[in-house]
Amino acid sequence: MPELPSDPINSLIKELSSLPGIGPKSAQRITYYLLRTNETQVTALADALITLKKKTKLCRICCNVSENDICSICSNPNRNPTLVLIVEQPQDIVAIEHTGAYHGRYHVLHGSISPTEGVGENDLRIQELLARLQDGAVKEVVIGTNPTREGETTALYLKKLISPLGIKVTRLARGLPFGSELEYADDTTISNAFEGRQDF
Amino acid sequence: MAKERTYKTTGIVIRKTKLGEADRILTFFTPDYGKIQGFAKSVRKTNSKLSGHLELLTYSSLTLTKGRGIDTVIGSQNIDSFLSIKNDLYRISYALYMAELIEHFATDEEANPELFDLYLGCMKELGRTPYPLYLLRYFEVNLLTNTGFRPEMDQCVICQTEITRSNHGGFSPSAGGMLCSNCRDHSHYYGYPLSWRTCQLIKDLQKYSWEELENEPPDSSILNETEMLLKRYITFTLEKEVKSYAWLNHLRLLADVK
Repeated sequence: MPELPSDPINSLIKELSSLPGIGPKSAQRITYYLLRTNETQVTALADALITLKKKTKLCRICCNVSENDICSICSNPNRNPTLVLIVEQPQDIVAIEHTGAYHGRYHVLHGSISPTEGVGENDLRIQELLARLQDGAVKEVVIGTNPTREGETTALYLKKLISPLGIKVTRLARGLPFGSELEYADDTTISNAFEGRQDF
Repeated sequence: MAKERTYKTTGIVIRKTKLGEADRILTFFTPDYGKIQGFAKSVRKTNSKLSGHLELLTYSSLTLTKGRGIDTVIGSQNIDSFLSIKNDLYRISYALYMAELIEHFATDEEANPELFDLYLGCMKELGRTPYPLYLLRYFEVNLLTNTGFRPEMDQCVICQTEITRSNHGGFSPSAGGMLCSNCRDHSHYYGYPLSWRTCQLIKDLQKYSWEELENEPPDSSILNETEMLLKRYITFTLEKEVKSYAWLNHLRLLADVK
């Protein structure tokens, strides 16, 4: 029987390898790296991890990750409350905020519908969205789910649910990405680009 | 077929899983190598040249290079993106269901060109036919036949008596087909009751081509009964529930409400 590393090491390897994108070898590498670093650095990391869990919650309105009951975007009076952009992940908000091009509010679904993975409506924040749209304050909903098969399925489903409420539903344009080459574009992208072409 | 170091084939993407920062592991169903997996580097980045050609439910030509564990996709060009289903929630969901069935029933690294033709044919038809639910039943029955799970509909699975309108005794998933009324009463197999017309429909689905069948769509009650029966049989055969069933049921309820 080969001699295995002691328990504290093993248990950290086990925890780390449960993280996305980290396999047992990477987990082992990180563990031994942490073992060599000084205690202050490790404590700072541990504190950051605990604070992340203890001090964050989901915004009561948009389900984005926030330190307060209502996030900084929903509580900002300068953001247009009649316009809501639906995104799959909180990270999508970071990308959109970086552009400075959007001044409305958000709604985070925390995933997309994926029937073959068993992810349906109840696994996403769709009920929260519908509840939010009931009072008539929102005039336009922009669907910003990813242009993937799951994102499209989610978009079509949301359209079906929201349209009967009499709210305008739009979809972020899908077409040729900046910096790409037409030559390499696929049929769906080109077809979407044609459908979404605009006066110029 | 033995693979070269770098090899070409065509295939439909039936599953994708995220990996690392921007990569994916894809499962393809191909006519030459059956079900294979491929590592696709950086396809989740917006400027990836391959991403649109490797999206779920896309039929593409593929170039792969053999790796130590998993092969890597180095080239891809789409052949058919099934554009006619892309704006239809129901048809996309049906296509995802077919992909899930293929993933469960197709064999890894074993060519099955007949099954590929069935799948590709049904994907193309799905965008066109006015009877998508009927097409799904055709797909299920022929998938079962192709992969060796064809339910016996013509004679009793126990006593081999021919099944007729007067003696049919129900369908037993565990026995693999129809029971006559006598065997149903005297064996330990449970026969789920089904109408004679449903029994006939499954026989027709086993026997005729889609072109012949499409001209005479059955009424919805027969189609619903067929769906329930095949669902039971597929669940029994796979020993697990197909995940898409929950979503398809949800969509059905949504349609009923409207």
